[in-house]
Amino acid sequence: MSFSAENTDISNENLEINLLIEAVREKYGYDFSGYSRASLKRRIKKTLNESHSTSISGMIHRLIYEKEFFDLLLLDLSINVTEMFRDPLFFREIREKVIPVLSKQSSIKIWHAGCSTGEEVYSMAILLKEAGIYNRCQIFATDFNEVVLAKAKQGIFPISNIKESTKNYQKSGGTGSFTEWYTAKYDFAIVESSLQKNILFADHNLVTDGVFSEVDLVMCRNVLIYFDRPLQNRVLRLLSDSLSIGGFLAIGSKESIHFSGITGEFEKFSHTRKIFRKK
Amino acid sequence: MRERHFSCIVIGVSAGGLKALTSLFKSLPADFPVPTVVVQHEKADSGDLLAEILDHRTALSVRTAEEKEKLKDGVVYICPADYHLLIEEDKTLSLSVEPKVNFARPSIDVLFETAAIAYGKELIAIILTGASSDGAMGLMKVMEHGGYSIIQDSATAYSSYMPEAALRACPDVDDILPLQEIPSRLISLCRKGSFCDR
Ligand SMILES: C[S@@+](CC[C@H](N)C(=O)[O-])C[C@H]1O[C@@H](n2cnc3c(N)ncnc32)[C@H](O)[C@@H]1O
Repeated sequence: MSFSAENTDISNENLEINLLIEAVREKYGYDFSGYSRASLKRRIKKTLNESHSTSISGMIHRLIYEKEFFDLLLLDLSINVTEMFRDPLFFREIREKVIPVLSKQSSIKIWHAGCSTGEEVYSMAILLKEAGIYNRCQIFATDFNEVVLAKAKQGIFPISNIKESTKNYQKSGGTGSFTEWYTAKYDFAIVESSLQKNILFADHNLVTDGVFSEVDLVMCRNVLIYFDRPLQNRVLRLLSDSLSIGGFLAIGSKESIHFSGITGEFEKFSHTRKIFRKK
Repeated sequence: MRERHFSCIVIGVSAGGLKALTSLFKSLPADFPVPTVVVQHEKADSGDLLAEILDHRTALSVRTAEEKEKLKDGVVYICPADYHLLIEEDKTLSLSVEPKVNFARPSIDVLFETAAIAYGKELIAIILTGASSDGAMGLMKVMEHGGYSIIQDSATAYSSYMPEAALRACPDVDDILPLQEIPSRLISLCRKGSFCDR
């Protein structure tokens, strides 16, 4: 028996992680408290090892005094893995089912939330071009990580990805020549500049910022999986509030709206992929 | 000898996985008392076929893991292709598209490391056939956290590379067993009030 009330319900490591999250939130305004812990912990430990910090507590000190160290951590915490036409059958559904509906409108707004380095946005732009409706579209592409956003804006990708991108493009129902959409230069593929014309890239944090604009299609794929249920619900609420009636919500194929408060506001639009239509 | 209680099994398998998993799960009863979570290396576009096949061929309920799902006893969860599968400390599942680990997504190391943290000494981890060294580090973490470790006897493995790599990393593994003997070992380990000398 001890007289001090030591809290043994929480491991020291988890306590350190909670304090780190709190420091990041107070100092930089990024709130990771609702992120799934197992992945967050792995990422924090990765930064710990690679930055040769002494401990998670030691990282907190560096985070407070070195902005550059925070930038590094943010890059590690925001998982930016993406590719052109990722999940090609999803893009086939967009091409064959969603775009015909959107085409009836005289102006179309699309929001990519969590766009990472932009591959998803340019894939969409290609579909819109091929459907002949690009000029009627305004595309907003947002992420909370400025480093990836800057890359997205540039539209320059490693040439080594092109083979996979071309394969995905074809699987998504693309019948044109994919080479039309980029110029190869040294080790890079530079996206065709006409694809960029109607895209607006902007910094937006789904956890702390509000409704972005009223749009007809929201794409938020492979972002919600990093949030715990309460945060997923909050963000889904935000996405729903950003959609016009009859607008579409597209999420990642392993994500769901089942357990959220917005289920009743949507009807299932695709049988094979997670595309919903606002009632 | 002291009583030991196990609450979860994790399995890592690669080349030759379907056959090995079928044979293993066929010998487990439908009321097996703990959840089992499996990472099998697969091609990115292979869909959810593996869970369907195994569900069909065995008495256990086998399904593709969904994110935020709470682990249930007697259910086998298979990681979907092209995602990492993690176990949270509240015993729910998470998916992630983090970069590949050991050239693999899903990675066995990722599952094992997070499972070790979530279950500690109540975890059993098994490395089966495979042509990769993924899982060796993870198994080490499981042992560090006091979990029980089993490596398939490489002589009975379709591909011996993965069991051998795991054994090199974990020479103190609890069991090295031929595939056919793993189910009965699991049944006796997971029986309520079972004893073991470690
Ligand atoms: C795995 S990527 C998904 C990229 C793309 N949508 C896809 O499916 O290929 C996840 C992205 O979500 C972003 N993200 C994570 N949390 C966010 C937040 N709170 N607000 C905005 N973006 C966020 C990350 O920076 C990262 O770029």
